[in-house]
Amino acid sequence: MDKFKQKTEKKKVLLMGRSGAGKSSMRSIIFSNYVAKDVRRLPTTIGVESSTFKFLGNLMLNIWDCGGQGAYVESYLHDSAERTKVFSGVGVLIYVFDVESREFDTEDRNARDLVTYSAIVKALAENSPQARVFALVHKMDLVQTDFREQVLKDKSSAIRQRSGTFQRTIRTYGTSIWDQTLYKAWGMIVHSLIPNLDVIEGILSDLVGITEAEEIILFERTTFLTVTSVKSEIGERNPYEDRFERLSNIIKTFKSSISTFTGSSTSSHQFGELYIKTTRFNLIVAMLTTNTYALIVLPPGEVELQCTRLNLFIARDQFVQLAGFSDESRKSQ
Amino acid sequence: MSSESEESQSGVEVRKAPSTLRSDNPSVANSALGNYMTIESDENLLVASASSEASSTASQSNGIIHTEHSEHKPRLLLMGLKRSGKSSISNVVFHKMAPHETLFLEATTQIKKDSMRSFMDFQVWDLPGQIDYLDQSFDADSIFGGVGAMIWVLDAQDNYMEAIVRLTETIVHLQQSFPEIKYSVFIHKTDSLAEDYREDIIRDITQRVSDDLFDAGLENPPVSFYPTSIYDYGIFEAFSKVIQSLIPQLPVFEALLNTITASCRFEKVYLFDVLSKIYIASDTSAAELATYGLCSDYIDVIVDLSEVYGWERGRKDDGSKRAKDISKQSAESFISNVKGYSLYLREINTYLALVGISKEARFEPEKALVDYNVQALQKTLKKVLRRG
Ligand SMILES: Nc1nc2c(ncn2[C@@H]2O[C@H](COP(=O)(O)OP(=O)(O)OP(=O)(O)O)[C@@H](O)[C@H]2O)c(=O)[nH]1
Ligand SMILES: Nc1nc2c(ncn2[C@@H]2O[C@H](COP(=O)(O)OP(=O)(O)OP(=O)(O)O)[C@@H](O)[C@H]2O)c(=O)[nH]1
Ligand SMILES: [Mg+2]
Ligand SMILES: [Mg+2]
Repeated sequence: MDKFKQKTEKKKVLLMGRSGAGKSSMRSIIFSNYVAKDVRRLPTTIGVESSTFKFLGNLMLNIWDCGGQGAYVESYLHDSAERTKVFSGVGVLIYVFDVESREFDTEDRNARDLVTYSAIVKALAENSPQARVFALVHKMDLVQTDFREQVLKDKSSAIRQRSGTFQRTIRTYGTSIWDQTLYKAWGMIVHSLIPNLDVIEGILSDLVGITEAEEIILFERTTFLTVTSVKSEIGERNPYEDRFERLSNIIKTFKSSISTFTGSSTSSHQFGELYIKTTRFNLIVAMLTTNTYALIVLPPGEVELQCTRLNLFIARDQFVQLAGFSDESRKSQ
Repeated sequence: MSSESEESQSGVEVRKAPSTLRSDNPSVANSALGNYMTIESDENLLVASASSEASSTASQSNGIIHTEHSEHKPRLLLMGLKRSGKSSISNVVFHKMAPHETLFLEATTQIKKDSMRSFMDFQVWDLPGQIDYLDQSFDADSIFGGVGAMIWVLDAQDNYMEAIVRLTETIVHLQQSFPEIKYSVFIHKTDSLAEDYREDIIRDITQRVSDDLFDAGLENPPVSFYPTSIYDYGIFEAFSKVIQSLIPQLPVFEALLNTITASCRFEKVYLFDVLSKIYIASDTSAAELATYGLCSDYIDVIVDLSEVYGWERGRKDDGSKRAKDISKQSAESFISNVKGYSLYLREINTYLALVGISKEARFEPEKALVDYNVQALQKTLKKVLRRG
């Protein structure tokens, strides 16, 4: 198993965009179990707020939430010491646009949000040319449903045009803290950062084979973002393609409901096992390792269900041997 | 309750309801009936979500039966001043609209009627705030005749003096011709009141309305007060209570649920209407709003997961005993270790599910016993429902 052992990878994640765009809101929801209505009165960020989040034990996300007020942006860009500090060693830049901003007019060459954005990606290209860039067109809930697709298309293409050397690789998503789109975008971002994915998927595929499961999805424990998933032939036919972000949203919402219920404000609102039995499927959501939950979908029937629970225990051992999932990571948390 | 919009006589706009829970995906909203999980053929169906199209066709195809039937549906009216929040409430509770989306709602210009199909059929009428219903020329009978309950929605963040005057006028007026109506006052938008004086405002409104009614000669008016907000569970709790006041079998349900709490060592048990998440009965022990909230969110989880994974696989029916057994079972679920509690759900019939919360962190050791007791309850409930 030694070949799987590897050092923890630390990735620097820059979160940038104009003041009020929603950067701290989404960070709090994804990483600190806030729900959308909790973030209405978040204070503006002073300077850079940096935090570290251990994702799966072998991936450390070092998140730099960069306050978006003019003076700060000015110094990120033009104070040369600051510029190097902020933009060097970056793994990912997540740039958040406020879809409602008056300075984000796609027709206008001089629209301020786009001008600032292109200065930022230029600084990034100089200091961290290998970085990945994700642009989020945020607060899509404020756009009437019928117009959302077109608005996203227009904004995305304007952003892409201003992305300089990242023009080809940049990915854009429409997001809102009020629905599952936020989980979709962040799921994609995080997925692109996880080392060892093929090994994890190998173990899950074996488990699908043994248990006759239709689908197994692996979630990170705190964020409930999808790490990865494996399907059987039947599972492939599931018509609900948005189910991963939907599930993240569903379970995150439920976790916040647990915290309302118990009145505790700690960030861990866990549950042991969730089990559902219906005429069409059986489903288990259970802790797989100290930092993951597995969701397993099975054909209906009592026997299958009990077998799978056993197999889940066996798979647990395999995961524990993987560097990123071992209990050591818990101790250091 | 599956909800469907009906055109009123006057031809009101019909909103396409986003009837899937927490979903903005149009393809999901139009999920085919095959995506529901069926138990005991159609009799026993935990409906994951009603497709708005499917249900409106259904109501058209048996239009005659429907209108005949509607005569017997207990009717609930939502009344109140303009912008007090009536349409918001009806959309959030019965059409799964996300609370913040109510910002886009326009003033209602004609009565909007929703019929709620559940174990009992209800009609909910959302009345425009801009019409004076006490006007002599108004055909009051067509609106107020046969009404079971009237909900007055009162915007507590506004200057509420005018609303109180109108409310008392309306009750005094209606009392004469329609003495059967039960009144509820929703002291609404409590979310936007500062915590420091929220209680004071609620007390002030309650006091003023009671005083005014007393002064108008109504000594024990049938009025209940509920603080509500579409941004929390308050609105569902309040609506549940109003609906319960219209259910004749309520005492029977409560007695049955009390038995279950005792025999299964539940802290609290609710009988939920799965789609609306209104509870039509609970055991009679006291409970916090948060307990209702947790159980209600648990239903969301189950309904959502059932929708995502309840699609028709086209598995062959091999006629085996095993396949038969599976097709007969009621949907069930539990969650263990929720901060020292566990939750249990069991489908009762097409519309209803029993949800219990237990103080045992590990649910499994008790499961056989609980299943047994709940199955017995399920049989009894079905009998009561059939008779009702
Ligand atoms: N309608 C809507 N509002 C949002 C959304 N996300 C965030 N907001 C609101 O936007 C406001 C500002 O959010 P913040 O997260 O503090 O903004 P920020 O980007 O961190 O701002 P700075 O720290 O000043 O750079 C808050 O009041 C949020 O409630 C969204 O998806 N939709
Ligand atoms: N803060 C807060 N706002 C609410 C609440 N309920 C409704 N609103 C807002 O109140 C406004 C008016 O709501 P409507 O539901 O259209 O009011 P209405 O009573 O139907 O008005 P008419 O159709 O003109 O009679 C909307 O902007 C809603 O978002 C609530 O519980 N809290
Ligand atoms: Mg901030
Ligand atoms: Mg209205």
